[in-house]
Amino acid sequence: MILFIEQLLNGLQLGITLFLMSAGLTLVFGIMQVINLAHGSFYMIGAYVGATVTVFTGSFVLGVMAALAAAGITGMAVEILVLRQLYDRDHLDQVLATFGLIFFFNEMTRIIWGKQPLFMDMPVWLKGSIELLPGLVYPIYRLAVIVVGMSVALLLWYLFSRTRLGMQIRAGASNRDMIGALGVNIKLLYTLVFGLGTLLAGLAGVMAGPIFAVESGMGESILILTFVVIVIGGIGSVRGAVVGALMVGLVDTLGRAFLPSLFRTFLSSSYADSVGASLASMSIYILMAAVLIWKPRGLFPSYN
Amino acid sequence: MTSAIPKTVIIIAGALFFCSLPWAADYFGEQYLISLFTRILIYSLAAVSLDLLIGYGGLISLGHAAFVGIGAYVTAIFFHHSFVAEPIAGIVAGSDNALLVWPLAIIISAAFALIIGSLSLRTSGMHFIMITLAFAQMLYYFAVGLEKYGGDDGLSLYSRNQLVGMDLNNDVHFYFVCLFFLTLFLFISHRLVKSRFGLVLRGAASSSRRIKALGIPERRYKLVCFVIGGAGAGLAGALLANQTEYVSPGLLHWTLSGELMVMVLLGGLGSLFGPVLGATAYLLLEETLAMYTEHWMVYFGPILIMVVLFAKRGLFGFLTQKE
Repeated sequence: MILFIEQLLNGLQLGITLFLMSAGLTLVFGIMQVINLAHGSFYMIGAYVGATVTVFTGSFVLGVMAALAAAGITGMAVEILVLRQLYDRDHLDQVLATFGLIFFFNEMTRIIWGKQPLFMDMPVWLKGSIELLPGLVYPIYRLAVIVVGMSVALLLWYLFSRTRLGMQIRAGASNRDMIGALGVNIKLLYTLVFGLGTLLAGLAGVMAGPIFAVESGMGESILILTFVVIVIGGIGSVRGAVVGALMVGLVDTLGRAFLPSLFRTFLSSSYADSVGASLASMSIYILMAAVLIWKPRGLFPSYN
Repeated sequence: MTSAIPKTVIIIAGALFFCSLPWAADYFGEQYLISLFTRILIYSLAAVSLDLLIGYGGLISLGHAAFVGIGAYVTAIFFHHSFVAEPIAGIVAGSDNALLVWPLAIIISAAFALIIGSLSLRTSGMHFIMITLAFAQMLYYFAVGLEKYGGDDGLSLYSRNQLVGMDLNNDVHFYFVCLFFLTLFLFISHRLVKSRFGLVLRGAASSSRRIKALGIPERRYKLVCFVIGGAGAGLAGALLANQTEYVSPGLLHWTLSGELMVMVLLGGLGSLFGPVLGATAYLLLEETLAMYTEHWMVYFGPILIMVVLFAKRGLFGFLTQKE
């Protein structure tokens, strides 16, 4: 039971990270109709810049802030320089151009930071563990990630449904010509939305830094998971991103933790481990296929 | 602008070039060119099969590497079992006979394409791109989990397949086998896209509503196109496994799917011969840039973006200049 709750929390934490990644990406998909493969690169930029600044200044908070700034600013620059030319092109061109961006960013980090992965230390005040329930000891850092992620989700909800900017973004998603005609600077709006998305990816990256190794190409594995989340949730829907991210995080974590032992009850142990492990890594894709057969446009299809 | 070169001239020049390459390599004493160009031929085959999907069917699949990988793994698994003389799953005997294994690789890839295609074609647009990508990743993780066949490390073949009247371990023989299959697949694809089938496909890609209004079940046509593309990629996979005498999950990774897509676009979408040009240019550029710098990707990425932004019609379109 204790183990189960612990894994549940781990799943929640992965889900939160995925939500930060997919919230921005789903907006870019939904509002600008652009498929952006390079979203993982901003996750990587966030992690690298965060790790470097943390080591240099000794302050994790400064590291996080630098990571957010770096990811957001790079994102806006990429939007202005590259993506803006692609809004009217078909999806194939967008795929290829952003594929080129991945090549560039991955190699650039290799040139700047070298091939060796960086390791990022947790701040002292988030080190250690806390006893949540009798017998359930959980690392504070991971709890902090969950809390931060949830606050961001609340903030986004507030931004979208309660502010003028959020209203414009939603209007831009349903009819971009009309909102342009009403005098909203749609170009600036797109740049801001894209920057917000990459900033969130940078946040996900810097928070993942102390948990995983910071290395070139780290963005791609999480990018694919993010796609799965968005396809499950429905392209363009932030609500869908929340639900999809939690589903994917939980299924993936719980599958990895419990499928091998489940198979061990009726298969020989070595065979069960390999079948269980490979089924566990396939589980989210099976989940996605199932959702798409049931609802081809995802769980929360957006309007357009 | 420069004057246009007729298509047939380019194709004949290309054919002459590829046919005479082994002798040229021999003459200049650069034997590695033969294996480099064998690789180019195999990637060309995979790129042409992807061009059928993207350029004619309008099906932007980002999971094409899955079928290359399946073809390669079928070849390698059959070879492995014939090598250790142990039947596959205790039932089917392994084999290293190309005439048996290669058709099997094609059929199994096509079967997977049928399953993946029929599920993916329920969606369209961005969803289609992402779901094909996800299926390919699923198979990638499946291959990583195949501990019996090396898992992450992949599987070595100790020799190439046997083919009656040929010695595939001879690089020149193998080169011509690959050239033969590329030519054959190009011929089949060319006939296909010129047929009524191809007309329906292109019609469905440009306006699916009109094709539906004509009473044509467009999804079935697209599925057949997807399966043929998968079969071609499976053959490319079987050849690739033979060339490198090694398979690994990397063959199913989505970066290979992306690279194939780049080759198609670089050469020219929907031109069949273009992807051959694209694959040649891509691999030669990679080879050349890698000679000068280890960080060739830093230059390659922006080049790619430039091609997308400014050279929409690809190399083939640039040479023929139809407009």
